[in-house]
Amino acid sequence: MKSIILTTASRTLLPLLILFSVFVLLRGHYLPGGGFIGGLIASIAFILHAFANGLKKSRFLLRIHPGFLIPTGLLLALGSAIVPIIFEGLPMMTGVWYPETLPVIGKVGSALFFDTGVYFVVIGVCLTIIFTISEQA
Amino acid sequence: MEILLAIMTGILYAAGIYLILRRSLVKLIIGIVVLGNGVNLLIFLMGGLVKGQPPIIPKDSHHIEGIFADPVPQALILTAIVISFGLQSFAIVLIKRAYKVLQTDDIDAMNKTDDIE
Amino acid sequence: MSTLLFVILSSFLFGLLLFAIGQKSFRRITWFASLLPVSLFFYFLSYLTGTSTGEVFDSSIEWVPSLDINFDFRIDGLATLFTLLITGIGSLVFIYTIKYLKGHRHLMRFYAYLSIFMGAMLGLVTANNLITLFIFWELTSISSFFLIGFNNTDRSSRKSAITALSITGLGGLSLLAFAVLLGTLTGTYTISEMLQHPAVFSEHPYSTYLLIFLFLAAFTKSAQFPFHFWLPGAMKAPTPVSTYLHSATMVKAGIYLLLRFSPHFSMNEYFHLILLVFGGFTMLYAAFHTLFRTDLKGILAYSTIGALGIIVFLLGIGTALSITAAIVFIIVHALYKASLFLVTGTIDHQTGTRDITKLGGLRKFLLPLSIAGLLAAISSAGIPPSIGFLGKDLIYESTLHSPYSSLLTTTAVITNIFMVFAGFAVGWKPFAGQVPSTIETVKKPHFILWLAPLMLAVTGIIFGIFPGIIDHLFVTGITDQLSSGTAPHLKLWHGFTFILVLSAITIAGGLLIYKFWKISHKKERAIHRLENISPKNILLQTANYFEQFAYFLTRVFQNGYLRRYVMILLVLLTIVFGVHIFINPRIFLSLKEIRGLEISEIVVCLIMVLSILYTVFTKSRLSAIAGMGVLGYSMCFIFLFYSAPDLAMTQFSIDTLTVILFVLVLYRLPKYLKLSNSTNRIRDGIIATSFGTFLAFTIIEIMNETPLKTTTAFYAENAYELAKGKNIVNVILVDFRGFDTMIEITVLSIAAIGVFALLKLYLKKHEK
Repeated sequence: MKSIILTTASRTLLPLLILFSVFVLLRGHYLPGGGFIGGLIASIAFILHAFANGLKKSRFLLRIHPGFLIPTGLLLALGSAIVPIIFEGLPMMTGVWYPETLPVIGKVGSALFFDTGVYFVVIGVCLTIIFTISEQA
Repeated sequence: MEILLAIMTGILYAAGIYLILRRSLVKLIIGIVVLGNGVNLLIFLMGGLVKGQPPIIPKDSHHIEGIFADPVPQALILTAIVISFGLQSFAIVLIKRAYKVLQTDDIDAMNKTDDIE
Repeated sequence: MSTLLFVILSSFLFGLLLFAIGQKSFRRITWFASLLPVSLFFYFLSYLTGTSTGEVFDSSIEWVPSLDINFDFRIDGLATLFTLLITGIGSLVFIYTIKYLKGHRHLMRFYAYLSIFMGAMLGLVTANNLITLFIFWELTSISSFFLIGFNNTDRSSRKSAITALSITGLGGLSLLAFAVLLGTLTGTYTISEMLQHPAVFSEHPYSTYLLIFLFLAAFTKSAQFPFHFWLPGAMKAPTPVSTYLHSATMVKAGIYLLLRFSPHFSMNEYFHLILLVFGGFTMLYAAFHTLFRTDLKGILAYSTIGALGIIVFLLGIGTALSITAAIVFIIVHALYKASLFLVTGTIDHQTGTRDITKLGGLRKFLLPLSIAGLLAAISSAGIPPSIGFLGKDLIYESTLHSPYSSLLTTTAVITNIFMVFAGFAVGWKPFAGQVPSTIETVKKPHFILWLAPLMLAVTGIIFGIFPGIIDHLFVTGITDQLSSGTAPHLKLWHGFTFILVLSAITIAGGLLIYKFWKISHKKERAIHRLENISPKNILLQTANYFEQFAYFLTRVFQNGYLRRYVMILLVLLTIVFGVHIFINPRIFLSLKEIRGLEISEIVVCLIMVLSILYTVFTKSRLSAIAGMGVLGYSMCFIFLFYSAPDLAMTQFSIDTLTVILFVLVLYRLPKYLKLSNSTNRIRDGIIATSFGTFLAFTIIEIMNETPLKTTTAFYAENAYELAKGKNIVNVILVDFRGFDTMIEITVLSIAAIGVFALLKLYLKKHEK
């Protein structure tokens, strides 16, 4: 399924889509979006790239095995859940925030890190599943 | 519209159940997908239908007022959609593997798999 | 004072220790095992000076204080009596078994079970907390199961053990119900404190249930009609076990329970009436049955049931006199019955048979044993100067002073006539008369095998001659504790009274039957013909039907076909929906906020219907997947129309991924085949359509109700205040219900690992 148009387009689309997915992730706390949707968009970006350019190239582009993203994300989410216990002495998963409001992102807090963890897990899961299956097929 | 969607839910359930009752494994899993859609729609309907008022607090306010769509079923469905992807991918790979080992797609032929070496 | 707990636990520890020691080393130190009951006997004897004057010793260790369940133990007169019986007869049984089961393969196991059983019995009679009592009660059931089924290679022995366990287990459940109900009604599980709530036991509407549960527990354990049949079956156990279980311990647990609660229920008239009826019937029924047994232990089994019936009957009379009679009779029965059992055991051990028709003239070989048998028979018959005479006197005195004196006295006399016969049949008949030709010579038994029963029998005579001993030590104190009246003082000789006449009639009648009634197998078979209508058979038959029904149900429901399971569930649900709709039809079209249909919505729904139909009826896999994809995208639109942008986005991405997934795997998947015939298709179609229809109706009905929105309101109110977020759906996901999301991504990860493992990891040939 090699098509020059798709191949060329996908090269440009990949960074754009990734950027978009990060955007969706970050704005999730205020507008529609979030870790799940961002993660799915990012996965679709990679899968599109894989279809256009072949699995090898996408894997090379990703550098690491997508499976590694799963524990990374889980640890990030777990970490953000534990942070309040360690630093503030609050119950698990209590939201803690950096007092200043940052531009673009808004308030930064443990919830954002949690959502980022979700984002990584979703990318990891989707890519692991699709890549593994398409290698076998 | 509620009535129409209620009927749609019924149709989705009926189609899902019909497919699940087939003997073919592939139909079974497609049935599960269809039924999953039906379930999501059912939960969505139970939260009530609201047009044009997503559960998002307006920019210059700290509270949301008036009529707005119920966020609780939405959060539930969002979780359900993502989980169902995990379920489907696992199930389909399982089917593939089972087909490879057993050389059959017939569920009825699979109820004595303990005998297979 | 936690020594008491330790003492009780010591039996359990000892039992476990025996398992640790092992069979081989145990053989050399069998004597050592008997130290346990002997020392326990003296330990409890030390309480006697206190308890005989009405003193009580409490000991408590917290266990589950929040539920009021504690290791509360209380030693009072009643508890001392039972502990002494348990450890005293236990000591003799322990010692007797050394020679009786000498060289047995599982001797160690036997002692371990016996110790555990003894510990359970001691706990039962000393517990002052009803839940603790229940636990020990169950422990006796379980440990007696192992003892009854000790000859585990024998099929009938295993069967008897299971029967005993299921009957006593039923009683155990009922005791638990009794305990929980009583604990809830009185607010305490401490038995002695329950006395402060007399209303619960007599006037409370639930007092009837309390009675039913209590009686079910006590009657199953103490083998009252119609639950008596496990006891004759339990005779399959080695004789020392029968001795221990049926003379002093297991079956007396039910009696103990009734005695323990008789002060509580003293104002409840049904308590006494029911005991009177069941006890009276049981004693007549069982005593009559002793005539038809040829096995010595069979006769003993029925005479035990009869004796238990007598005790229950006496409790039913419910006067101070009758409680005294019951206490005395418990002692009488324990002594003579244990002695007779041990005599039987020795006869069996030396001659190899217990068949009464094949035994006779054994006094020539086993003189000391025959003395023990005769003395026990005398006590059992109530011939002076044995303690049995005292017991019988008291029984008649109680019946004569009760409301229905003539009826009750007649019943008691008839029962006792048969009991006299039974005592002599077991205790004397094997030793009397001519030696049958089948027996040439009998080896002299080890002295323990005749000394143990002789000691018990002689004790019975001593107590009879000096009734002051038990009167002073037990009877007065316990009677005072359990009833409001004053206990009569025991005397052997009352002078020439009507009671003496009754006693003479009883003894003469029993001896006449003994002389003229020929025990034979023919008569035993005759009564066996009535087995069909016995409670045992009715119960077993019922159990059988249950089993067949269970098989039938399993065959129908668990047939191994996935579709059948799904179908049963669905049909059931459809019926529930359908019945609901037909019984309770609501007006569906009263929707308050019915909305006009927009053209876009109609188009989306139309597309959905088409894609569904296409997915269901297409013959190509690819088309089905395409239909499925279109369906998913239409769902997106619905979410989009009704203010769920997050859902729409997620649905869109996931749908894309799902379609990719299916297409990738598609060519590895089997082609569609037409597997089911058209009948099945139509049937499934009907099920699916009716389910869908009813569901749609139900949804419409539900949507008429105003949904409860408190959770939603809370989230909407606090999303920004507490979580600094404005997209409430996202706030719920990552903050309010973040823990769910945490688990969810974990599940997703597991799914991914599963997919990876299924595809990448192939088993090696030898692992398959």
